[in-house]
Amino acid sequence: MSLPITPSQTIGPYLAIGLPWPDGSFVVPQGTAGAITITGQVLDGQGKILPDAMVETWQADEDGRFDHAEDPRGARKPQTEGFRGFGRCPTDENGWYRIVTVKPGTFPGPDGGTEAPHLDVSVFSRGLLDRVVTRIYFAEETGANAADPVLAQVPADRRDTLLASAATPGEYRFDIRLQGDRETVFFDV
Amino acid sequence: MTPYERPVGVHPPLDYPAYRSTEFRAPKKAPVLLPHGLTEITGPVYGSSPVTAADADLTTRYPQEAMGQRIIVAGRVLDSDGRAVPDTLVEIWQANAAGRYRHKADDHPAPLDQNFDGAGRCMTDSEGRYRFITIKPGAYPWGNHYNAWRPAHIHFSLFGRAFTQRLITQMYFPDDPLFSQDPIFNSVPEEEARQAMIAEFDLGLTVPAWGLGFTWDIVLRGRSATVFEGG
Repeated sequence: MSLPITPSQTIGPYLAIGLPWPDGSFVVPQGTAGAITITGQVLDGQGKILPDAMVETWQADEDGRFDHAEDPRGARKPQTEGFRGFGRCPTDENGWYRIVTVKPGTFPGPDGGTEAPHLDVSVFSRGLLDRVVTRIYFAEETGANAADPVLAQVPADRRDTLLASAATPGEYRFDIRLQGDRETVFFDV
Repeated sequence: MTPYERPVGVHPPLDYPAYRSTEFRAPKKAPVLLPHGLTEITGPVYGSSPVTAADADLTTRYPQEAMGQRIIVAGRVLDSDGRAVPDTLVEIWQANAAGRYRHKADDHPAPLDQNFDGAGRCMTDSEGRYRFITIKPGAYPWGNHYNAWRPAHIHFSLFGRAFTQRLITQMYFPDDPLFSQDPIFNSVPEEEARQAMIAEFDLGLTVPAWGLGFTWDIVLRGRSATVFEGG
């Protein structure tokens, strides 16, 4: 049995009516010990910010586990109280999004190897007929990143578009460039 | 770990010049194939944000009832293997009966309705069913090309069970004369896939002397096609 899949359509310019959540940015509750922030701007091919985009993130917990039936190691409640793995933040009038979370752990990759700490990211906006998907990795995880089977598939000269870095400990910056010389690497998921 | 299927001809291409806003937003470089690992075959499971029955009725949350043609929109969330997707969050947003969104960026000179905000949400039940009460949204003009009008539609957001199944789409109404000139509707390559975005009028769902029923099933990516390829 194979039913016809419902196609994607653009989120359009009016997502603010239905999608923002009051606590959307908070993958972990406000005040969680050891929490990190990831902030950045979403930019178009002319370098203009997108004030009408939405960024969503999904990730493992600090131990690299998913509280989900499909995790073959078994669903397990995260150690971090209130961790939900998922973040959602519409961009503001200056194109900024912000996610408050904890750094995910490593875990086994689908075809062997070990996946480095990362967040899966969906970006939705007017002008995007389907979401675009990228990943946030952490610049300081040089060893884990070097061994990551997904990063290995990304052309070496573009890998840095997937790295968040922290000028201040725990405060990461990750911009998303939809086009241009430094276009972010997007994945076919 | 069974990966999800990667459908061909279903989702619109990002590079689609007829929809002008794609020009500086659609990525130009080829995407990198992402194998489906644990991050991709898992996804958020809800329970944290309470959803009430009132959230699924867009017509009665203000002092007076919303203006317009009262409708019931209901159906099931399934994956392409035919399995129901229970307990998943469905979020919708839409224009009012006059084709106006309650949003500061909408400058279409049509009236706002003080009794309609256009947002709703519900959780699917154990058989994947959802049900909203709302009003039929109006068509509205936009600046994409000369005399451009969006067919009436309701925006839908779905999670499914896994990151791979995340879907944001639009539901359309049957026999809309505006389909032929709408680049967003026509960005979907295959006719069968375009038809999958159109709800059916349903006399069985229609409530006598009260409101019209429209049935729309939403089908998320499943795993069957991959199984056949591998088999």
